[in-house]
Amino acid sequence: MTNLLLNIDAGTIDWSRAQFALTAIYHWLFVPLTLGLAVIMGIAETCYYRTGKQFWKTTAKFWQKLFGVNFAMGVATGIILEFEFGTNWSNYSWFVGDIFGAPLAVEGIVAFFMESTFVAVMFFGWNKVSRGFHLASTWLTGLGATISAWWILVANAWMQSPVGCEFNPDTMRNEMVSFAEVALSPFAVSKFCHTVTSAWIIGGIFVVAVSSWYLLKKRDTKMAVESIKIGALVGLVASVLAAATGHKAAQDVGEAQPMKLAAMEALYNGGIDQGLTAIAWVNPFCQPDYENLEEAPLKIEMPNALSFMATNDIHGYVPGVNDILNGYTTPDGRVEPSVDEKIERGKMAITALAEYRKAKAEGASEETLNSHLSILNDNMKYFGYGYVKDKADVVPFIPVNFWCFRIMVGLGCIFILFFGVICLLAFKIPLISVITRRLLAALGLLPETEADGYDITRLPAWHYWTAIVLVPLAYIASESGWLVAEFGRQPWTIQDMLPTWAAVSDLHSGSVITTFMLFLVLFTTMLAVEISILLKQIAKGPDASLNNK
Amino acid sequence: MKKDSLAYRVFDLYYDGFRNMKLGRTLWAIILIKLFIIFVVLKLFFFPNFLKQHAEGDESGYVANELVERAQ
Repeated sequence: MTNLLLNIDAGTIDWSRAQFALTAIYHWLFVPLTLGLAVIMGIAETCYYRTGKQFWKTTAKFWQKLFGVNFAMGVATGIILEFEFGTNWSNYSWFVGDIFGAPLAVEGIVAFFMESTFVAVMFFGWNKVSRGFHLASTWLTGLGATISAWWILVANAWMQSPVGCEFNPDTMRNEMVSFAEVALSPFAVSKFCHTVTSAWIIGGIFVVAVSSWYLLKKRDTKMAVESIKIGALVGLVASVLAAATGHKAAQDVGEAQPMKLAAMEALYNGGIDQGLTAIAWVNPFCQPDYENLEEAPLKIEMPNALSFMATNDIHGYVPGVNDILNGYTTPDGRVEPSVDEKIERGKMAITALAEYRKAKAEGASEETLNSHLSILNDNMKYFGYGYVKDKADVVPFIPVNFWCFRIMVGLGCIFILFFGVICLLAFKIPLISVITRRLLAALGLLPETEADGYDITRLPAWHYWTAIVLVPLAYIASESGWLVAEFGRQPWTIQDMLPTWAAVSDLHSGSVITTFMLFLVLFTTMLAVEISILLKQIAKGPDASLNNK
Repeated sequence: MKKDSLAYRVFDLYYDGFRNMKLGRTLWAIILIKLFIIFVVLKLFFFPNFLKQHAEGDESGYVANELVERAQ
């Protein structure tokens, strides 16, 4: 990084970012399965509540056991992120003030009381509380985890689109002026919906995969078949919802973070009637020469789809990287200043802040203070640009955004298809299922003999292996989504307000490298332990005495 | 304590639950080790509150200086 200032160790920023990314990525390995399995075990127990059959109780208990393993491994891994705020990102941590504190405090309280209470009833309460109360506890455990996710995502959404706050130059903190605006910002709502539905997809795929393994091993077949039905249905609904909420999320990004959208699309020069890039050649390892390229090479696009995705209008205007750097005017007359102009206004804001604080310390008149405040408030929107030396610094690393977005969307489409086919096969819906089976048989994907007298427990092994292979792919899709969200907003820790090099603490990179390595070992060990316990529990299966009843 | 009272039933739920845990024992051991590492080892030795250590009680002044100087 050429724009590092003063005596800040260049490595400190990169290592602090890497450490935060590592922690967040590992944390996100545990969270989505918790949210996803919560729905599956809730449905299984609801079946038990409605039918009273021992089979459903065994099934619900089995998925709850796997939920418990994952929950225990994931619990508190997110707390480390808060430590990192205080140590590695102290300027940021102070600057965000109460905005961040409030959602995280609510999350902590909700997580502790709601989850710990109902998790206990869910695991210890069989035969001790009524079936109805136990069922409610199971659903409330999942609801508690989902509400926790809501508050974390509210905090994250605020960094991407800061709303409902006012900067106080005396305390140097952003102060919340509207809790509702922060908690219910459109960015937070769409982020929550998209993230949670993507977590349900992971839950669905995990359940289908584990069940497929049982079918492969020809054991616990009844539980496997019924679980596949639940997993596939949840997965199908979730993946369709994830696509729909992703559309809304893209619009929010287009509005609040146009540079992220341009990077996701490798859109160097925008305009109206923009097509969505299906595929293009963007070198994964180096920043493209966006200044001189008209568009990414070998581009194949879906006409007008990007305009529709970003604006809900097939003729909508979408700015490219160069438009954002040089400034642009939308067809409806809105003028967006160039980055150079934003840099000037950012510098004015920072100068006004310095002069205001100096004048206040010297006991200057109210009039003088107000004049500085007025300049600060007028330019606060671009405060962070005051730290930018070269406008290229506000362009995120395009290849990561471009490829991760395609991995996420591509795998998302595969999941819709996968769950759709599984649902049609598993539920044996008249006519449609027959047509699907005949079609698959004609394509050679299903044995001819199975086309009519079809049985999901007697498929060729590769069908089951496909489901198992999709588990890591589901995680890759989910993590790719986070990489798009977080790489795409670089260099901002808070959009347009604070770049990474102003937010980081004045630490020596050596200490950050040490804790990075420590985390790498700690998290990898935890992951290995979790996978080992999960595999053992899966191999053990549901209560053996109740199998296939 | 009466056996049919709410307090006893809540106590019994937890007492009996913890006593009869099987896989739960391993998971609780992992959770406790993890919490020890996070809150004792990491927090105390590796993640001090940077501002508390450097700002000498004037956090807003320290951050203001940092943010103004880094824009120079």
